[in-house]
Amino acid sequence: MEFLLSDEQIEMQDSVRRFLEKTCPSTTLHEIFDSEDGHSRELWQGIVDLGIPAMIVPEAYGGLGLELLDLAILTETLGYATTPGPFLGHALCTQAILQAGSEEQKQAWLPKLASGEILGSFACAESNDCWLPEQLSLKSEQSLSGTKQHVLYADESDIIVMALAEGGFALLERGASGLSVHKRKLTDRTRHIADIQLDNTPIEHLAGSTDAAAKVFDTALILLAADSFGGARRCIDQAVEYAQTRSQFGVLIGSFQAMKHQLANMALEVEPMRGLYWHSAYAFDHEPLAARRQAALAKAHICDRFLQTARNTIEAHGGIGYTWECDTQILLKRALFNYAYLGTPSVHRKRVADLADW
Amino acid sequence: MDLSYNAEYEQFRTTVAEFLKGHWPVPAEIAEQPRHKQEAWFRTQAIENGYLYRSVPKEFGGSEQEADILKATIIREEFSKVRAPMEAPGIGNMMLVPTLLECGTQAQKERFVSKTLTGEYKWAQGYSEPNAGSDLASLRTRAELRDGPEGQQWVINGQKIWSTLAQYADYMFVLARTEPDAGKHAGISYLLIDLKQPGITIRPIKQVTGGTEFCEVFFDDACTPADWIVGQRGDGWKVSKSTLKHERSSIGGAQTSVNLFEKLLQLAKETTLNGQPAIKDPIIRDRLVTLEGYVQSHLYSNYRQLSMAAAKQNSGYVGLMNKLINTNIGHEVAALAKDLLGENLLYMPPTKGRATGPEKWLNQLMGSLGVAIAGGTSNIQRNIIAERGLGLPRESGDT
Repeated sequence: MEFLLSDEQIEMQDSVRRFLEKTCPSTTLHEIFDSEDGHSRELWQGIVDLGIPAMIVPEAYGGLGLELLDLAILTETLGYATTPGPFLGHALCTQAILQAGSEEQKQAWLPKLASGEILGSFACAESNDCWLPEQLSLKSEQSLSGTKQHVLYADESDIIVMALAEGGFALLERGASGLSVHKRKLTDRTRHIADIQLDNTPIEHLAGSTDAAAKVFDTALILLAADSFGGARRCIDQAVEYAQTRSQFGVLIGSFQAMKHQLANMALEVEPMRGLYWHSAYAFDHEPLAARRQAALAKAHICDRFLQTARNTIEAHGGIGYTWECDTQILLKRALFNYAYLGTPSVHRKRVADLADW
Repeated sequence: MDLSYNAEYEQFRTTVAEFLKGHWPVPAEIAEQPRHKQEAWFRTQAIENGYLYRSVPKEFGGSEQEADILKATIIREEFSKVRAPMEAPGIGNMMLVPTLLECGTQAQKERFVSKTLTGEYKWAQGYSEPNAGSDLASLRTRAELRDGPEGQQWVINGQKIWSTLAQYADYMFVLARTEPDAGKHAGISYLLIDLKQPGITIRPIKQVTGGTEFCEVFFDDACTPADWIVGQRGDGWKVSKSTLKHERSSIGGAQTSVNLFEKLLQLAKETTLNGQPAIKDPIIRDRLVTLEGYVQSHLYSNYRQLSMAAAKQNSGYVGLMNKLINTNIGHEVAALAKDLLGENLLYMPPTKGRATGPEKWLNQLMGSLGVAIAGGTSNIQRNIIAERGLGLPRESGDT
């Protein structure tokens, strides 16, 4: 019984945290947030240099051969800093090829994704809030016509892996014929998404299976949960720090009992969620029977609480928290992304109940 | 990270399970005896094998085992599988014994510990007063050393309240003001008192559930020997602190919440809402999973705390949260239960004997309020989390 991170895992988290503190302080974060493409090459290169894209790639394909838990704990650290950029799409692209690709496809793509030589992305949603693998209707054929929505960094990515109906997957290369990207005004500018339109676009078919689709989808849920836990923890730290420095009526506002109780209630919701997301990531590799339900529960609960915690954090800050220049607005928007992307908490709560045969 | 137990612990689990096979339910020749004698026999065997009272030295009736939280967890898991009796319940074993082992004299340990372990001595707690609740250190019950028939003795006057099951207790551990000129905390001493004496009146309090678990206790020149003080004069606040901590951690276990959630799930399967089993109702399902998110977070947070304790690491402020988390889960269970119970809310369960129907949930519905108050109210817990956990400034006032 050792439900703890190893010294190596804690050291990995620390080095990522130190890197982000140096490379992506608040001023840089806001610059990227306000930029056109929400993508700093320098920041992404640093993430690549830290080996994050290589983590779950087996050593045979140039990766580190680690488990999803290792990637999840670093996702928490990235979430804590509301790290902008293409990490999530790249990680899901990698997992999709790992789970659904043929030997040749793995050899062709995984080393390049692990080393950051190419940037990958992932697409699933089609329309009307349909995210779940069993809701998809685009079918795998020689070429495809149709729409995929909310695709992460569609413009910048070299390849996009699309989840399709019946557990199918297809790989799309940048500049493919008939591919067009349609941007909209974004809420969370730390993760850029766009709709892609395919018009008789040639694709590379991946074998896939419903099990592979489930695993890729669960990976996405777990990483969103981990990111949300990091973001929620950051909210607490921000709110506490503000309460320890802001004075009114001649005293620190943190000495008021109303403030203390508000912050204690927030911390009370957030801190225990660490174990929930750890276990969901652990279950992915070690408890296959529980894995699907745990991933759904973690996504539903933690993304839900992150959004509420972000709202509470802004309230605890008073007027300054309501401004564009305060980090709290970025936390709120990150929380909104995590809440909605891949389906809202109520969608996943329904799955949790169904998966238990209630 | 590894959620399994290693070979040594799995072997230990097998040994415990084998012990239980031979001892609970008790063998036929013991089974004829009344229940409390069966339990006493079982506990003696379990102590001999090192499974109960593991932190109590052998000379005082314990099994004196090396502290090992994983073994303690395995024992609890295996015992509860077959519903074998654990350590005798009650405030004496939960709070007094650890305090005496830490701060008591040799004579006090010899006099009280072993008979408390066996349940021969039952204890009540004398902390709260009508005007000293959350602000306990403002207590006014006073004790003075006076000459008595057999040398000096403490003479106690005042009133205590919320003493759990004091009407059945033999002794009480009491916080009393012995140094009226010293400061708020420094004037308090920790005394042991025999409740069976003329200077003491015990009046049970009828509570919201209709039961009587608490009492008011009045001291009118009650007496106790001069050497029945634990720790030095004026050290009572410090002496009492270790036991309060003990009570909090014992309330904080996530397993209680997990069990409660499973019972709620069962209730949802057995009750009907809008013409179908309530568990099929989409709103009920959503609320149940929302609650499960909190329950499982608490469970895995406790696994983490357990692992940290086993690895001798400090788990930081999360330990301060356990009581309030359990309380909040209890409130949410009550909130869901009331919507499942419907007309059953109209009838109280019997105060005596076991309730068998859905009306027994009234006890949870009301009892969850008791949990929120006992052992430090939720608002006091929030103060502790904010000040000691989050590092916010302490309030002014003589805390």
